[in-house]
Amino acid sequence: MPEARCPGGELGAFIILSLVTLIPAVVVVTSGNIVRSALSLIPTFLGVTGLYILLHAEFVAGIQILIYAGAITVLILFVIMLTQGGSGVRIRQINEQVPLGAMAAVWLGFLILLVVFRTPWQIDATSVPQYNVSSVGTAFLTDYMLIFEVTSLVLLVSLIGAIIIARREE
Amino acid sequence: MQVGLTHYLVVSTLLFSIGLYGVLTRRNAVAILMGIELMLNAVNINLVAFNRYIAPGAVGGQTFALVIITLAACEAAVGLALVMAAYRSLETIHVDEINVMKW
Repeated sequence: MPEARCPGGELGAFIILSLVTLIPAVVVVTSGNIVRSALSLIPTFLGVTGLYILLHAEFVAGIQILIYAGAITVLILFVIMLTQGGSGVRIRQINEQVPLGAMAAVWLGFLILLVVFRTPWQIDATSVPQYNVSSVGTAFLTDYMLIFEVTSLVLLVSLIGAIIIARREE
Repeated sequence: MQVGLTHYLVVSTLLFSIGLYGVLTRRNAVAILMGIELMLNAVNINLVAFNRYIAPGAVGGQTFALVIITLAACEAAVGLALVMAAYRSLETIHVDEINVMKW
């Protein structure tokens, strides 16, 4: 394993990537300017990409950059641009259930953390990760064939559905 | 100190809570979709981290993460199309002002 060369490096990279992920995420949910929220999504997605690379999932990292940082952010910015009337800086962006929402989020996070720390995870440190594009592709076309096909069908249906919903009525 | 499974799960939990807060407190439908994207990203971190630490010999977690990324793209496309349709007929994208089901 190559990571044994620099023992503190992985932790340092993890902490930096976590901060790059979490701080813009807070900006996304709290900023009053919707364009700033949308642009703050990009560093969050890039931080998550770095976490994937740290986890030896290079293919997922590439797809994350292509779809999230590339496509979804641009799509969100386009919709913000097209619905200009609802997105101004002067308009109140949060509703009246901020205390309730914060309480629900904190409680759910607390419960999940409790479960995470209480559960004895069975770490498998023996087998070597064999992650690459070809193994992911082989898994998709052998064990997960049905999921692959159904996902492509869902993609087609949502494509047609999105066009029909967003089409201007004659 | 080695980075373990718990570290990734903690980051993922925090990201999920932040996304949930955004979904619950925003008025703007586009901002709600952004919160949902954050939550989906948190789930993906979970899947890939479990894949790495619990079953490193398989690629099941990464496969499901890829499927979720695909479905997130579908969800964003359909959701934003709905936002566009609502804006065209109701002139607002604030979900607390949208109170009719048929226009």
